[in-house]
Amino acid sequence: MSELTVKSIAELRDGLRAGEFSAREVAESYNAAVAAARSLNAYTVETPGDALAAADAADKARGTADLPPLAGIPLGIKDLFATRGVDTTAGSRILKGFKPPYESTVTANLRKAGAGMLGKLNMDEFAMGSSNETSAYGPVISPWRRKGSNVGLTPGGSSGGSAAAVAAGIAPGVTGTDTGGSIRQPAAFVGICGIKPTYGRCSRWGVVAFASSLDQAGPMAKTVRDCAILLEAMAGFDPKDSTSLDLPVPQWEKNLSSDLSGKRVGIPKEYRIDGVPSEINALWDRGIEWLKDAGATPVEISLPHTKYALPTYYIIAPAEASSNLARYDGVRYGLRVEGVKTLDDMYAATRADGFGAEVKRRIMIGTYVLSAGFYDAYFTKAQKVRALIKQDFAKAFEQCDLILTPTAPSAAFGIGETTDPLAMYLNDVFAVPASLAGLPAMSVPGGLDGQGLPLGLHLIGNELDEQTVLNAGFAIEERAGFTARPDRWW
Amino acid sequence: MSVTSQQVRHIAKLARIGMSDGEIDALVPELNNILGWVEQLAEVDTDGVAPLTAVIDQKLRLRDDVVNDGGIRDDVLANAPEAQHGFFAVPKVIE
Repeated sequence: MSELTVKSIAELRDGLRAGEFSAREVAESYNAAVAAARSLNAYTVETPGDALAAADAADKARGTADLPPLAGIPLGIKDLFATRGVDTTAGSRILKGFKPPYESTVTANLRKAGAGMLGKLNMDEFAMGSSNETSAYGPVISPWRRKGSNVGLTPGGSSGGSAAAVAAGIAPGVTGTDTGGSIRQPAAFVGICGIKPTYGRCSRWGVVAFASSLDQAGPMAKTVRDCAILLEAMAGFDPKDSTSLDLPVPQWEKNLSSDLSGKRVGIPKEYRIDGVPSEINALWDRGIEWLKDAGATPVEISLPHTKYALPTYYIIAPAEASSNLARYDGVRYGLRVEGVKTLDDMYAATRADGFGAEVKRRIMIGTYVLSAGFYDAYFTKAQKVRALIKQDFAKAFEQCDLILTPTAPSAAFGIGETTDPLAMYLNDVFAVPASLAGLPAMSVPGGLDGQGLPLGLHLIGNELDEQTVLNAGFAIEERAGFTARPDRWW
Repeated sequence: MSVTSQQVRHIAKLARIGMSDGEIDALVPELNNILGWVEQLAEVDTDGVAPLTAVIDQKLRLRDDVVNDGGIRDDVLANAPEAQHGFFAVPKVIE
């Protein structure tokens, strides 16, 4: 591993400006690292030429006044983002060969900021999964292993390729998307940082839709500062997304501070649930101490509808998915199964062949809960409970400024170890409530468990208050001193 | 409420996903397991609660009703499995 690939984005940015190395050297180091790590199955497409072209543009602009903020930083892009002329498949067979003639707003923003692209990152099919095992390209293998074991572990999901890429040093930073934990749970599983901003901060335009009222893009990187840098570049008002927030992008990096004096940290009692390993609860307690040490005051809060968040999510997200995924009909893009007689048969055969089992399962649930006679009992009911969950948070934020919980109820598990869909859904038990309420939330690494695997701490902020989330993450990062990286075996 | 294989077959038809009898039979218990679990929402008192419609409160913007995009037919058709004469082509629908 070259020494350039262990640097943070802030270090790369500052080193480039100081002339310590060239953008081309950075891109070449990463391109080589990507090519040497194919056994992880993190990338679905490699675009070394794109990274080099952006690097050359950065090197040409070096020393001039208008060097954009991410000049010379090559990034990995989750395969959910439309990238002009580069395969964009959302990890699905049904989008095989789809080359968008347009660029998503988020990736266009990153390009405008000077970033290059290393490639597209593997993911659970249509972002539906918590282990990257539902991908049509096969699972991503986590760079982490349990102590003394060769068992292949999942990097989490759905942004599994994104998480593995940062942890393995084959991208300094990446884009992820989070519908019900898909940035935060994988970040926790591989010992990196990842933030989902307030719903509406990042444009959804050009991001393959899963559940539109929940989907949010966000960055994943080694450090809290890097997340702030990337989020500033990704976020911003976009008239092409009707739910985009028409607000200026704050200067999150400049305002980063680990001084939490006067901040009250809510500790929700409902997040102490059965079956969570004691190591995770012990880390949670350490997190409280770290935030206290940074000047914050812990307060116990109650989020009474917490236990209903997951079942609510598993009505709303499949309902929206069944509607969004109706567009894959074999007519306009992607797969078409030939050799059937009627148009209806073509739809049914194409969708049977193109979608994987988990996507079909969710489309079926979504179709059912939206069907005549069941809509009110399931979908309307879930939207009412969702309103109560949002209200729980609104009340809690009268007593506190941010909330601390564990990110996930377990460390990374082995590939193939979790086969029951319901057991898989439980991975997001701590992540989903913030998604349903549209709140900013972040995972930062807190430590290793007894098997040598990373565990994450989860920070939830009030609407639009990414700054407090990032600051608390920064305070934890300073105190946790988490520097563990997986030993290279790939 | 639980679903029967007949209902699952109907849902598959509504969703336009071709499924064999074996796939339908395998899905019945899976869907019932998930539906049984989500039905715990019935315990929540939601009388007088308005269903959530916008997760972050904001007004939907209106724009002027003018053409602001277009003229990119070839781009639109570029990914079509089959296009003819500037149109998407599908199997015959009228005999």
